[in-house]
Amino acid sequence: MWQHFLLLMLIGAASQQAAAGPVENTCLRCHQQLDDSAQSPAKLSRQDIHFQKGLSCQSCHGGDPTLGIETGDQADSMSPRKGFVGRPARKQIAALCARCHSNPDFMRKYNPQARVDQYSEYLTSVHGKRNQAGDANVATCVDCHGTHGILAVSNPTSPVYATNVASTCGRCHADARRMAPYQIPTNQMEEYLKSVHGETLVKNRDLSAPTCNDCHGNHGATPPGVDSVANVCGQCHASQWDLFAQSPHKAAFAAQGLPACVTCHENHLILRTSDSMLGTEEPAKCPLCHDTGSAGYAAARQMKAGILELHEKLGAAQDVLDRAARAGMEVSGPIYRLAEGRDRLVRARVEVHRFNPAALQKIVAEGDSIAAASEQSGWKALADLAYRRKGMAVSAVILLFMIGLLLLKIRQLNRAS
Amino acid sequence: MAWISKWGDWLEERLGWRAVQELIEHKDVPQHRYSIWYYFGGMTLFLFAVQVCTGIMLLLYYRPSAETAFESVQFIMTEVQFGWLIRSIHSWSANLMIAAAFVHMFSAMFLRSFRRPRELTWVSGAVLLFLSLAFGFSGYLLPWNKLAFFATKVGTDIAGVVPVVGSFMVRFLRGGDEVTGATLTRFFGFHVAILPAVTTVILGAHLYLVQKHGMSTPPSVDAARTPRMKFVPDFLLRDLVGWLAAITLLAVLAAIFPWELGEKADAFAPAPAGIKPEWYFVFMFQTLKYIPSRILGIDGEILGILFFGILGLLLLITPFVSPSERPAGRRGLLPVVGILVIVYIAILSAMAYRT
Repeated sequence: MWQHFLLLMLIGAASQQAAAGPVENTCLRCHQQLDDSAQSPAKLSRQDIHFQKGLSCQSCHGGDPTLGIETGDQADSMSPRKGFVGRPARKQIAALCARCHSNPDFMRKYNPQARVDQYSEYLTSVHGKRNQAGDANVATCVDCHGTHGILAVSNPTSPVYATNVASTCGRCHADARRMAPYQIPTNQMEEYLKSVHGETLVKNRDLSAPTCNDCHGNHGATPPGVDSVANVCGQCHASQWDLFAQSPHKAAFAAQGLPACVTCHENHLILRTSDSMLGTEEPAKCPLCHDTGSAGYAAARQMKAGILELHEKLGAAQDVLDRAARAGMEVSGPIYRLAEGRDRLVRARVEVHRFNPAALQKIVAEGDSIAAASEQSGWKALADLAYRRKGMAVSAVILLFMIGLLLLKIRQLNRAS
Repeated sequence: MAWISKWGDWLEERLGWRAVQELIEHKDVPQHRYSIWYYFGGMTLFLFAVQVCTGIMLLLYYRPSAETAFESVQFIMTEVQFGWLIRSIHSWSANLMIAAAFVHMFSAMFLRSFRRPRELTWVSGAVLLFLSLAFGFSGYLLPWNKLAFFATKVGTDIAGVVPVVGSFMVRFLRGGDEVTGATLTRFFGFHVAILPAVTTVILGAHLYLVQKHGMSTPPSVDAARTPRMKFVPDFLLRDLVGWLAAITLLAVLAAIFPWELGEKADAFAPAPAGIKPEWYFVFMFQTLKYIPSRILGIDGEILGILFFGILGLLLLITPFVSPSERPAGRRGLLPVVGILVIVYIAILSAMAYRT
């Protein structure tokens, strides 16, 4: 009961503070004069999103920072009678944050689109469950967002900004000593940073690539189960997931307890895919399950051959068209059409996830025909070029002959005059 | 051959064509060490004729709208029999014509051919040079490719800097606030109707004045003691040699370096790197790039445009600001200014192409 009362008091204090704006604050005044870590709340608060929105120390810690200014007695402002709670216990932190962040009426004032389900999600997460069970070692709000000096998620320097999430998670999950009691691997961050996702997001700063929370959830962070892996990947790779769901692999993987996408692509170390993953030779994935001579083995070989053939034909057509273009021939039309051929190659590579050689071959055949037509246009342009040059040579000879005749005539006239 | 004479008499009675025949028979050209420069007038005229012929042929297939212009030029270059040749010759010949016009202008300047009574011959020639540049600027946009689109955008932006009338000029040239299909249609109108009509009149006047006053003899040459060459056939045959050489050069250029079409213009695409106007505008473009943003509190770009405006005006009125007669052995300021202008154009253009 007293907890509800305290909660109401703190929400009331937060609202009043937000409405009134910054006032004389004994917390900041004293903490500025303290040493080292005790000074950091006062220093960091200047950049804190909550401070910027008009909230202050008492919004989380309770008490009344307007008291004690005249008397100089910190006990006045930090009086439990004024609701001072001091440093909240780790188990209490999520609930403390949730007072505002789970209150739609309160959050709407600052951001009408703000989520208010973080706390309830947190309670379903591995972090939340262990935290509530009294494990002080697991992450709670402040471990990811910071304590004082909390930045908006959209701030690129925030620890929870997309490009920083992996290193934020890695602070704990790459710490072997910290993870030892839980007996879970600690190489996820290292692997993620080597992955195509990590390279795209962290190195190339491309925010469309996923980071830890995009697959695991953020407040409700939990490892996806074997059954849900494909759903996770399918959020972005929808076509591949759709095709996989229609493939014979879906049931086979489920029967053997193999996680869908992860079986071939790994989980954290998801490398850039290539045609070499398909087929029957190293480093192809297919022979890991399909023995030599099996139908699956033959299908893998057939699909790989189709894709390689299309790739080569497109490359050959491109070479011929490039040669014609470099010679100044107008081949932008065939080059544009060749892009459609490359589109077929991309589609064929996606189609692989259906694991149906006949369906794949249909797309490959379309691409082959586009490549052949484009290559033919390129050869035609080169033949035209040769014809033009021959024509030019013949014309030049005729013209030079005429010039010679004129010069002879001029000479004749000169002599006559 | 009596019937020829009979027909000749018939025509003479109606057209008076024997006056032309007489003019041709009596027309002659002074022969001296600078005579070579006389051929550049004829060369410019010949290349203009090539432009007219190839331009008319291109008109048969060209469609002047943002949706169809690029595709129609593409069609001309790939599907129309010898379309590639006509288009390449039109583009190369345009450049050679402007080069020949510049040589003709500078040679007339250095040989002081504008002296009394040829002032108006010079003025009409200078106007023809400006018209050639306008032909080049308006024709550059017509294939509606990316490079031409952005170069026209930059070019017309520059016109907007002119005080008072700048914004009107931009809207007039573009047919709106931006370079759009309306600009293309407008430039097409300039290129195939307005400019040819004006050019025909001015060119007619220029040729008439050249016939009326004959070829000018440079002041350093004693006109009385200079031998003269008959225009027909002697000079005309030499002209023909030059024209055939020009055709040969055009054929070689068209076959070995076909004029590129590039990518279709896209107003939403980023401007390609290294946008440059045609070579004959590059020195002005480069000057505007180097000029400080403000000079003595005045916008640098305005001063740049003012500078080129004054330069153009001075070119136009050269005969009236440069004394007609000079004491023997005195060359005056004009050759120095002319050389400085050539050096300036060459250096600025080289700098633009190096970057």
